[in-house]
Amino acid sequence: MKFDWRVIIRNGLLGGGIAFYLSAIGMTELFSERYLIGDFFSTGQLFVAIGGLTAGILTARAYKEENRFSAFLKSLISGVISSIPLLVLIFLIQVLVVRQIGEDVVFTWRDMFVNFSPALVEILTFGQGLAVGIPLLILVMTILSGLGAILILLPSRWGKALTSGLIWTLGIGIFSENVRSILAEVTNRDFVRLVFQQKTLNPGAALVIFLVVAVISFFRVGNTIQSGWKRLPTPQQKQGRIVGIVLGIILLIVLPWMVGQFLSQALFLVGMYVMMGLGLNIVVGYAGLLDLGYVAFFAFGAYTMGILTSTGPLGVGNFTFWTALPIAVLVGVVWGLLLGFPVLRMRGDYLAIVTLGFGEIIRILATSNWLAPFEGGPQGILHIPTPVFFGITMSQPQQMYYLVVAGSIFIAFVTIRLRDSRLGRQWMAMREDEDVAEAMGINLVQTKLLAFSIGAAFSAMGGAIFAARVGNIFPHSFNLLISINALALIIVGGLGSIPGVVVGALILVGLPELLREFTEYRLLMYGVLLIIMMLYKPEGFLPEETHKRELRGEEDDDYIEEQPVAMEA
Amino acid sequence: MTVVLKADGVTKRFGGLVAVNDFSFELKQGAIDSIIGPNGAGKTTLFNCMTGFYKPDEGDINFDGHHIQGFTPDRVTNSGIARTYQNIRLFSNMTAIENILVGQHPHLKTLWFEALFKNKRFKNEEAAALDEARRLLQYVGLTGLGDQLARNLPYGAQRRLEIARALASKPKVLLLDEPTAGMNPNESADLMHFIRNARDELGISILMIEHDMRVVMGISEHISVMDFGQKIAEGNPKEIQRNPRVIEAYLGRGAAAGFETQASANAG
Repeated sequence: MKFDWRVIIRNGLLGGGIAFYLSAIGMTELFSERYLIGDFFSTGQLFVAIGGLTAGILTARAYKEENRFSAFLKSLISGVISSIPLLVLIFLIQVLVVRQIGEDVVFTWRDMFVNFSPALVEILTFGQGLAVGIPLLILVMTILSGLGAILILLPSRWGKALTSGLIWTLGIGIFSENVRSILAEVTNRDFVRLVFQQKTLNPGAALVIFLVVAVISFFRVGNTIQSGWKRLPTPQQKQGRIVGIVLGIILLIVLPWMVGQFLSQALFLVGMYVMMGLGLNIVVGYAGLLDLGYVAFFAFGAYTMGILTSTGPLGVGNFTFWTALPIAVLVGVVWGLLLGFPVLRMRGDYLAIVTLGFGEIIRILATSNWLAPFEGGPQGILHIPTPVFFGITMSQPQQMYYLVVAGSIFIAFVTIRLRDSRLGRQWMAMREDEDVAEAMGINLVQTKLLAFSIGAAFSAMGGAIFAARVGNIFPHSFNLLISINALALIIVGGLGSIPGVVVGALILVGLPELLREFTEYRLLMYGVLLIIMMLYKPEGFLPEETHKRELRGEEDDDYIEEQPVAMEA
Repeated sequence: MTVVLKADGVTKRFGGLVAVNDFSFELKQGAIDSIIGPNGAGKTTLFNCMTGFYKPDEGDINFDGHHIQGFTPDRVTNSGIARTYQNIRLFSNMTAIENILVGQHPHLKTLWFEALFKNKRFKNEEAAALDEARRLLQYVGLTGLGDQLARNLPYGAQRRLEIARALASKPKVLLLDEPTAGMNPNESADLMHFIRNARDELGISILMIEHDMRVVMGISEHISVMDFGQKIAEGNPKEIQRNPRVIEAYLGRGAAAGFETQASANAG
């Protein structure tokens, strides 16, 4: 058995480095009053704790195969080491930043490192002063590291149970406000008070959540249900699937009334990005044409809706939402074709750069004074009425939510049908190898233009609904970031996968809405999440499945039952 | 026998380099012909000229009575020429069966929006295409591998799949670019049988580029030898084996002389 100091020290420093970094950028201090559980465990402390846990988990993982006890001891050493960066931080703050001679501050680095504050030292030393606080900090980091090691070293069943219990408890703590508002909608006040004290989790409730999740995970309830499901005969599985679909539809319908207005607005945004993502998925995921100017079509849809329905001076024709919507989609198609023509012969990076340029050109044109008489220039289009559906004015986010859900389902339906057709295969062949696809007799011009225009139609539809929701549109709403978001969400979800688009939109659009309180650190967390994802799941969260065609036939055919013998083998 | 594919004085230049120089040949209906030559002789360039990847600078390519030089690759395929590639170029992230379905493209007639409504014509055509794909899969001996991604197939299976994909377009002429590259002698022999059978059963004409002399001599009815873009010899396998210019192109002048003496000594 080799006692490799380098691994132990590296893991310790890595964990400590994370804690150091999160503290140095001010997260620890800013969230030291934002309690997760009771009034003793705050988000700020969690950020420091992550460092210790990481050190323990990494070291325990490295030595897992060896003697468990010695692996545990090594993790403790890593834990001690992980406190070193924090000690350095305390030292820096003490010695370099707050150097005082008498009453006068002689020199302070805080101009540069604004977050190196005495308050941070106090948090890191648990308010006990340096002499007691520093040994205490080392001890806490060591314990945390040991805890991380235990999660890894315990038999996997126990470890998994504890881990999921921890994650759920902390997750509910972090999203306490949202969970609380949902609970307030579906249960009564007493129950809410039982779980939450003011804004944070009750310690007792936290323990209950932890235990319940851990027990559920320990007894593998999920697996039991799954295997029970698999043992059901096929017709019953079919019935079960129908019940599941019905339940899903009911959930989609009641969801906005369960979560309240704020979250409904977030869900509306998610739905809009789902529509855009599905469109872009056709262009990028299926046809392999990297389009970075995708926001242009979104803008065309929004402006068409704005001009056709606005009751302000720029409005033309006073169309209703429902007549303007198909026109907006048509405008999207036309522009998809017009912008598709010049880039037909371009591939890969060149295509990306040219489409990026197109997106910017459209935005700048929209801002220009030249077009201002028609679409308002920088002042944008105002007074776009909200849609009216059989006499109901859809002014609530909940009502608009239904509109995007309907739109998303329609788009998903079209996408699935096209994907499983000859056109879908043409797109994918083109994505895989353009030259060979052409040599298979595929007309590249037609295939590319269809991808561009159908993708543009979906995006324009999203844009039109967006315009009707916000009521006023301005050119700066249609910046590059929207294209990048749409692209990022289909990559996070898994290129070419329709459920992946939904998951990607929930993660990249929904999650930031829930994490509003982390305002200035939102992009950082977003970035960390993306990096972690690209390292551990580069194919996306829900990658596209390959379609079983040889043995199963088309989906309408009866499924050939899998042989039980083959399952056992 | 009628001539299906005919090249007449085809020339292709890349800058100062003449890759194919005034090359002419004829492929007869139902024949299996080969083009051989050292590396860089211009064989693949010639294939690319015939399939529309390159536009020849001079000369005329005649397929089935029509001039096809200057056609785009999709038009060439639609008129009835299919090909495989020297370094396998499957659609690697699609399954084997999807690869074959893409190959059937020239024969599928439904329009894209019919898929939205899944009308009867669409359903029938898709079902027929799937049946045909399964049949072709079986024809090349890949039954059971249809739902594997093409990139996960073993090397030999990928070669076969590429041929199946080419056959899916129901070509009159099949161009094979080094079909046995990277195969062991057993696999090559299998493939030889397969190619001959395919010719007999499907009535297609086959033109191939090949380096493995055992394959070339064993299967070809007519061989053209290329060197530096020009045809230096043609004839049946026996004639080619004896041709001093061919030996020279492959082995160099000195070796050719030695080989000749040895050959005459053996003959004597």
